[in-house]
Amino acid sequence: MATATQKKMVQWDPADIKAELIAKYPPKVARKRAKQIMINEALQNETPALTANVRTIPGIISMRGCTYAGCKGVIMGPTRDIVNIVHGPIGCSFYAWLTRRNQTDAGPDGENFMNYCFSTDMQEQDIIFGGEKKLETAIQEAYDLFHPKSIAVFATCPVGLIGDDIHTVTKNMKEKFGDCNVYAFSCEGYKGVSQSAGHHIANNQVFRHIVGENDEVKPGKYKINLLGEYNIGGDGFEIDRIFQKCGITCISTFSGNATYDQFASSHTADLNAVMCHRSINYVADMMETKYGIPWVKVNFIGAKATAKSLRKIADYFGEQGLIDKVEEVISEEMPAVDASLVEILPRTAEKTAMMFVGGSRAHHYKELFDELGMKTISAGYEFGHQDDYEGRQVLPNIKLDADSRNIEELTVEADETRFKPRKSAKELKALDKAGYKFKEYDGLSVDMDKGTIIVDDLNQYEAEKLVELMKPDIFCAGIKEKYSIQKLGVPMKQLHSYDSGGPYAGFQGAVNFYKEIDRLVNSRVWGYMKAPWQKNARLTASYNWE
Amino acid sequence: MRKIAIYGKGGIGKSTTTQNLVAGLIELGRKIMVVGCDPKADSTRLLLGGLAQKSVLDTLREEGEDVELDDIRKAGYGGTWCVESGGPEPGVGCAGRGIITSINMLESLGAYEESEELEYAFYDVLGDVVCGGFAMPIRDGKAEEIYIVVSGEMMAMYAANNISKGICKFAQSGTVRLGGLICNSRAVDNEKEMIEKFAEKLGTKMIHFVPRENDVQRAEINRKTVIEWNPEVPQADVYRNLAKAIDGNKDFVIPTPMEIEELEELLMEFGLMQAA
Repeated sequence: MATATQKKMVQWDPADIKAELIAKYPPKVARKRAKQIMINEALQNETPALTANVRTIPGIISMRGCTYAGCKGVIMGPTRDIVNIVHGPIGCSFYAWLTRRNQTDAGPDGENFMNYCFSTDMQEQDIIFGGEKKLETAIQEAYDLFHPKSIAVFATCPVGLIGDDIHTVTKNMKEKFGDCNVYAFSCEGYKGVSQSAGHHIANNQVFRHIVGENDEVKPGKYKINLLGEYNIGGDGFEIDRIFQKCGITCISTFSGNATYDQFASSHTADLNAVMCHRSINYVADMMETKYGIPWVKVNFIGAKATAKSLRKIADYFGEQGLIDKVEEVISEEMPAVDASLVEILPRTAEKTAMMFVGGSRAHHYKELFDELGMKTISAGYEFGHQDDYEGRQVLPNIKLDADSRNIEELTVEADETRFKPRKSAKELKALDKAGYKFKEYDGLSVDMDKGTIIVDDLNQYEAEKLVELMKPDIFCAGIKEKYSIQKLGVPMKQLHSYDSGGPYAGFQGAVNFYKEIDRLVNSRVWGYMKAPWQKNARLTASYNWE
Repeated sequence: MRKIAIYGKGGIGKSTTTQNLVAGLIELGRKIMVVGCDPKADSTRLLLGGLAQKSVLDTLREEGEDVELDDIRKAGYGGTWCVESGGPEPGVGCAGRGIITSINMLESLGAYEESEELEYAFYDVLGDVVCGGFAMPIRDGKAEEIYIVVSGEMMAMYAANNISKGICKFAQSGTVRLGGLICNSRAVDNEKEMIEKFAEKLGTKMIHFVPRENDVQRAEINRKTVIEWNPEVPQADVYRNLAKAIDGNKDFVIPTPMEIEELEELLMEFGLMQAA
């Protein structure tokens, strides 16, 4: 077995690595993949240098998920008081149920349906005769049992093939109930090139059917929404803890531990803080156009990034009380972080990491590895678009292909009664003068070192090849990659579900992550990957007659 | 047992032709099963004397797993076993999947077993080969002979050519072959000659020419095949001869579908020829 250690290139040249990654491909595949593998130059070009958000080549074992997974699993999965009914055969429902370890807290209202798995369990006869009646019955049953505020319906592949009109069914049920918002997502798995299409379909419907439904003004100061935070392993709880300590009111999280009412009143917030740029930046744009809420990019992964993001929020509101409070919280939280690093850093410094995850996650986690003194030698996204790699300045130059056009774009106008600019022109000018940037995201590339390798839509073969050639000290991706990488003798950390760990966000989360990575990269178990006879094939013995 | 599927453009007269042909074969003493593969479930109406058959899919839906052969087939004219696959209402579900399910159901219930002593199984398939489900009867050797019902109208010939393409695809990997064209006349100029020529181009033959005759309508109104309704009328002999031609047919080919330009040239050639 060719293990990573045998073939490790001590001094690798990125051009050689790239050539080696595509060497075995047929010429056309190699040409296509070459465009998705970039030797990073950390430039901020106007035109994208890396191809992303394109179809995976058939036959390649992609790390990507499907559109249904992105819609049901990622975006709506973490909501706690919406009954999420999957219209389809049972497997799609079961395998998209809580696999991302979205945590939940039922709160004072006690409404929590995340521990249920709702499905219409389509059978062959439902495929033949159509599943609309069964869906209607399922919605009625869920309503009778739970009386939820809202019921969401998700289309799986066969539903799209047989043409069940799920939108009419949900519309009729909504009218029938009167006190329950029912809507559907046409998120058939085969749509789009990756789960990113599913995020888009989900967020469009949340925006269309829920946001703005409740005008009640919630108590509290410094009201924000946190967009693109999914409360995996309790990340959201740690961020909430920090917000509360700072006196920042989070009206709605999209969508970690989110409730229907949070979404419905999210338009009353005064700032949208965007975590995962990929999955939700368009919602931030639409909320700005319709309600006048500006947005900024934040990142609560990494202690320094958390501090920076808190300051960014405080600077937006510009009140000294908040600015001082944020500084106070940072100085209260940082000693524990620093103390942890003093102990761990000597063991992790100079080690190397690879990350292929999400559409923003690889970028966010680079912060934590930076804090550990570790170098990210190769990274990429499963479903990122070109702006996630190279920054929003490439947006005007991204060519829309047929696959992207297939995903609905909502046209939004300012709401006649609810639109309200949050800052005056004068205030905006002052913020701009002070160097404050709205709607800015520079992407992964500019934060990665020159000569590192950025790969879009990495696959099984290239992952193993990269590990074999560059021998990182840790590799981060999802469950599909976990064991194949560990078989190569390299520790693997899941950054979708966090294995069994977390939270890794905020200050306490950073400490958790330092400890976890220390444990993984300094484990001696990887030295025992080979059986004694694999290391030394020669046996010594003597015949008993000698 | 000979397994035969009848294809052709929608409305061309597949069900009528099939049932009248079956009545002819009954007179020859054959044991036959007719499987209607149309969601409308009207392929055995003339043999049963009305729409009296409960479809396979309806039975499956209502009875669940506990279905027996006698629940889904009914003896019609001359002891013909009549089966209707059935399917969803227009605009919902997947009729193609339904056909796959019901043919599998017939097989697993033993409808084709030797003990049934069938000499013919006929599949009467809706319209064109539009998707995998409607190709089911010509896949996996379920039907081995195909007859295409066609007329001298362009769209009917166009459909026949397309069906030939479908047969070609499955013939390469299986046992399905084209047995011939049945011309169900629409009284188009030079129709017989044109369809003969068309059949030649496809590498097959026109197995029979069925002239347009109102007695077919009269029999249908009485929910009967022509032979049952009035065995004396000339049209009854037409179907008897069709039955004999098919019963004696031994020419089974992989068709050679035409290019669309070639097909249009053929139409032009015969269409412009004044009826001499």
